[in-house]
Amino acid sequence: MLEINVQKRLRDFDLEVSLCVPEGEILMLVGENGCGKSTLLNMVAGLINPDAGEITLSGEPLFDSGLRINLSPEKRNIGYVFQSYALFPHLTVRENVAFGLKARRLSRQKIEERVNEQLKAAGLWGMRDARAARISGGQKQRTALARALAIEPRLLLLDEPLAALDIRRQAEMRTELGNLIRDFGVPSIVVTHDLRDVVSIGDMVSLMEEGRVIHSGPAEEVFNAEPLAGAVMR
Amino acid sequence: MVSSQFERGFGWGLIKEGRISGFRRRALKVGLALLLVFAAAFIALPVASLFIKSASGVTLETLWNPVVIDALTLSLFTATTSVVIVIILGTPLSYLNARFDYPGKEIADSLIELPVVMPPMVGGIALLMAFGRMGVLGQHLHACGVNIAFTTVAVVVAQIFVSMPFYLRQARISFEDVDLVLENAARTLGASRTRVFFSVTLPIATNGLISGAIMAFARALGEFGATIMFAGNFQGKTQTMPLAIYTAMQGDLDVSLCLALILVAISFAIIAAVKMLTRRMYKSDVRD
Repeated sequence: MLEINVQKRLRDFDLEVSLCVPEGEILMLVGENGCGKSTLLNMVAGLINPDAGEITLSGEPLFDSGLRINLSPEKRNIGYVFQSYALFPHLTVRENVAFGLKARRLSRQKIEERVNEQLKAAGLWGMRDARAARISGGQKQRTALARALAIEPRLLLLDEPLAALDIRRQAEMRTELGNLIRDFGVPSIVVTHDLRDVVSIGDMVSLMEEGRVIHSGPAEEVFNAEPLAGAVMR
Repeated sequence: MVSSQFERGFGWGLIKEGRISGFRRRALKVGLALLLVFAAAFIALPVASLFIKSASGVTLETLWNPVVIDALTLSLFTATTSVVIVIILGTPLSYLNARFDYPGKEIADSLIELPVVMPPMVGGIALLMAFGRMGVLGQHLHACGVNIAFTTVAVVVAQIFVSMPFYLRQARISFEDVDLVLENAARTLGASRTRVFFSVTLPIATNGLISGAIMAFARALGEFGATIMFAGNFQGKTQTMPLAIYTAMQGDLDVSLCLALILVAISFAIIAAVKMLTRRMYKSDVRD
């Protein structure tokens, strides 16, 4: 279970969020651009420090301003798929997926096993030796996800994972992505703009506005919840 | 190619706006073409003249003249040493400047740029006042038995002084160009800051760093003013190629020409290398 309770003063408003994602559930985070969704993900990942609050994962504190605990991002073991995918352009697909395992100094054999497994599962086996800069948008998305899953994270963060794809690929990947994350079975937060993502991927949905969560509920009720439907459709 | 692109770019805008008649447009084209030819000739003629004038006197034997050999060896040795030191010191410094804010950063930035605008002679005399036998730091070094001025070490120090900014500037730009999100991604995947630097940032910035190093090498190789002030002009010890060209002018012009030709050849190679690298950089940007 992931529990977030953080405050941070941002340029235009104060971010103040309390959220909870149970084991194996997927929380969809929606809201307008600049409402603090990505900032929140970055705080959970350890890339931005909150001013105060706590972030705990399965009971273990990742950040606690009271106890002065602040685990560095490399020690949090969180799988993060960035909006632009952030693949390393100078490395191949295989090297991208292996990156986190190499950083963990696993044996070469173990790395190869796990990387091959991920590559095959993600349908990337055929292009494992292609440079990450040269593959298509859909392949980039799969590579980014495979890279995040390869480290066997305790938590998944996905920032607009489908936004960079064209409409047709979005529809295909939506179901695939939902299944993949669900199968993985760790708490996940997915930031999105698209109501279709909320319904087909998520268990729960939270709407953010100017740094605060103004509505939370089950994902399937997204069309009934007035503030949600209004905000996302806008 | 440059001229046709230039004309096209220019011509289109003017035609679209319909401001200029056919005759005036043609006159403009001819005028620009002439300007281009003059500019090209202004640079090409002196370089070509070097080759024409040296064709009669400079032979392979000139190449074996001890003055030439000494200067060439010394120049290559000192310029290489300088660039290696510049890279070792300059790379972490540029990364620091590209990624972090610290108190006094503006002042540091201005200081780094200073040797570019400062006349090299002034740099030389400044170095002498700092590290010379009577210098601010030099007198203490002298007391410890260390003398820098008028030695090969002084040549290297002078070259570092003038060439470092060229590397620092390019390296900083190259590091700034590496998307921060890539470094963040690497950290979430479990890489420490050091590992992120060596496995992500550095490889992506490499082409830019190399082209910066090449520019610094070129500057170090051509260094004259600061060297002659701070290191003197002793054959085999501090007489680099530019100094040897100047000295030989008073006696054997062929030696001067021979050294000049070598420097021209190196300059061409440097331009080619930088162009190739920047083109590769541009291509990889487009790909992303």
